[in-house]
Amino acid sequence: MRYVYLIFIVGVIGALAILGPRGAKSTRPPLEVFPDMDRMPRYDPQAESAFFSDGRTDRLPVEGAVARGTFYENEYLATGKNGEYFGKGFPIDVSNEAMARGEERYNIYCAVCHGAAGDGDSMTKKYGMLTVANLIDQRLVDYSDGQLYDVVKNGKGLMLGYADRLSVEDRWNVVLYVRALQRAANGSVDDLAPAIREELGL
Amino acid sequence: MSNVFPKWSNTLPLKLIVFLLILAAAVVSGVTYYATPKYTRVGYEPSQPVPYDHSFHVGELGLDCRYCHSKVEESGHANIPAASTCMSCHSMIKTDSDLLEPVRASYASGEPIQWVRVHETPDYVYFDHSVHVNRGISCVECHGRVDEMEVVRHDQPLSMGWCLDCHRHPEEALRPLDQITNLDWVHPGGEKGQIKDGLKFVEEWNINPPQSCSGCHR
Ligand code: HEC
Ligand code: HEC
Ligand code: HEC
Ligand code: HEC
Ligand code: HEC
Repeated sequence: MRYVYLIFIVGVIGALAILGPRGAKSTRPPLEVFPDMDRMPRYDPQAESAFFSDGRTDRLPVEGAVARGTFYENEYLATGKNGEYFGKGFPIDVSNEAMARGEERYNIYCAVCHGAAGDGDSMTKKYGMLTVANLIDQRLVDYSDGQLYDVVKNGKGLMLGYADRLSVEDRWNVVLYVRALQRAANGSVDDLAPAIREELGL
Repeated sequence: MSNVFPKWSNTLPLKLIVFLLILAAAVVSGVTYYATPKYTRVGYEPSQPVPYDHSFHVGELGLDCRYCHSKVEESGHANIPAASTCMSCHSMIKTDSDLLEPVRASYASGEPIQWVRVHETPDYVYFDHSVHVNRGISCVECHGRVDEMEVVRHDQPLSMGWCLDCHRHPEEALRPLDQITNLDWVHPGGEKGQIKDGLKFVEEWNINPPQSCSGCHR
């Protein structure tokens, strides 16, 4: 009987040594203990396909197709242009909500390179991205709203466009927030409401 | 009567029973410890075709999760970014790095990079990111401190009991909506404050996570 226990203990220690504790790092795919219907022959987003020749389940839209909900009657709203020329003014409702949404989106997508204040002082600049535009520069204050919208959508120079990640409304919200950053950076004491000026003792 | 059985055989049945009990206990505890997603999944970190590092891009550069996983608020599937997302920066930074060769090739040809999938619920489970992310559940509850991981690691078991633990007590996890992608946020009031505010959010936002089978198996 002693030998039986000895073999048992050796077995347990061996199993523990091979299996290791929970949560140990491993590059082996997880074992599916009862793989009943875990993987069905269906197509998931961004997954692999054995059927299509390019091996993906995601199909590209047919050329010229317009996805539902992405067609805009108003040309200026969608492109920032009136005919040939960049237009002025905001085709969306200018409100506190639009500004707040613009701030949030700006901080997600733009601030990494253009800086939280829009002055181009950012983390990526420290790592060698030296040509980032300074958004509060007079050159960009002079841009029309439509032109700023076009840069967000299609990119300019070395910057790639953000059309895939910002919806039409969000692009305008971001332009609105950039205008606010420009006002804040280039403002003077006279821009403040009298009550606030008094509070600050100016 | 001759001695057919030697004397020691008197205690043999007892010894056998004791041994079988110990063996059964070992098997049961082995199965409960090992045959669960807490062992089979947690810690899985496949090596990826590009050694993309969340701890640098998120922790150091300060990128928001939504910069890359941009559809996580709108759709059930949190998308893995296309190569053009990386090229926003890597067309200017580290343009000659060998590590980034697959990214440049993918950007030029349109062929996707073949990232290895880390988290994958079984196909009979319905899971949707947007409902969780827009209702005050942070990425950290389900993916752990991704902003400190050099290689993405499976941090939580994603088992049914684990989903239900939170669905029964969502107040332990709910947080203000502007802190969803801020993975080191903890409630400034500690555990008590979290529960208090959590209960307030449950009330105000009318949070009611499904606990019936058809909620997740539809
Ligand atoms: C610069 C782009 C980028 C940012 C920012 C980013 N990720 Fe990722 N993420 C990726 C890429 C590329 C992958 C696929 C490669 C991998 O798994 O490492 C990925 C994979 C993941 C995965 C694993 C997906 C799977 O296969 O199951 C999780 C979870 C994840 N990211 C969470 C986050 C969270 C949380 C944040 C915010 C803290 C974040 N990511 C920020 C690019 C990014
Ligand atoms: C906001 C800009 C930005 C984005 C977007 C970005 N990176 Fe980076 N990446 C950097 C910076 C900055 C470095 C560090 C360069 C250095 O160390 O000098 C870096 C370094 C790297 C490195 C290490 C390169 C080396 O040779 O050491 C890899 C690999 C990498 N990134 C992959 C990716 C992938 C994959 C994506 C897309 C999912 C991505 N990056 C998106 C800014 C970015
Ligand atoms: C309630 C838990 C939960 C939260 C919160 C959560 N995830 Fe996930 N995530 C999952 C699960 C479960 C999967 C596996 C989904 C599947 O198999 O379809 C997953 C998968 C992923 C993937 C792989 C692609 C996919 O959709 O299958 C990425 C990338 C990802 N999550 C990123 C994020 C980011 C970024 C956040 C925060 C904004 C986040 N997740 C918040 C549970 C969560
Ligand atoms: C950390 C907390 C947490 C975890 C973990 C979690 N959930 Fe949820 N879940 C919620 C909350 C909160 C809601 C939102 C309830 C509401 O909107 O009223 C929700 C809602 C849902 C819904 C309802 C969606 C709808 O359209 O009504 C489903 C389905 C769901 N969760 C599935 C899952 C699955 C599957 C898992 C495990 C992989 C999971 N959840 C893990 C907190 C969580
Ligand atoms: C909160 C979401 C949720 C709810 C509610 C839920 N399940 Fe599940 N269920 C899951 C997830 C996630 C898995 C996959 C677990 C895994 O892969 O580890 C699962 C797996 C299962 C499995 C397969 C287990 C296996 O390993 O083969 C069964 C059977 C099941 N559920 C039955 C039910 C029944 C019956 C109910 C109602 C009482 C129910 N579920 C309610 C999320 C849920």
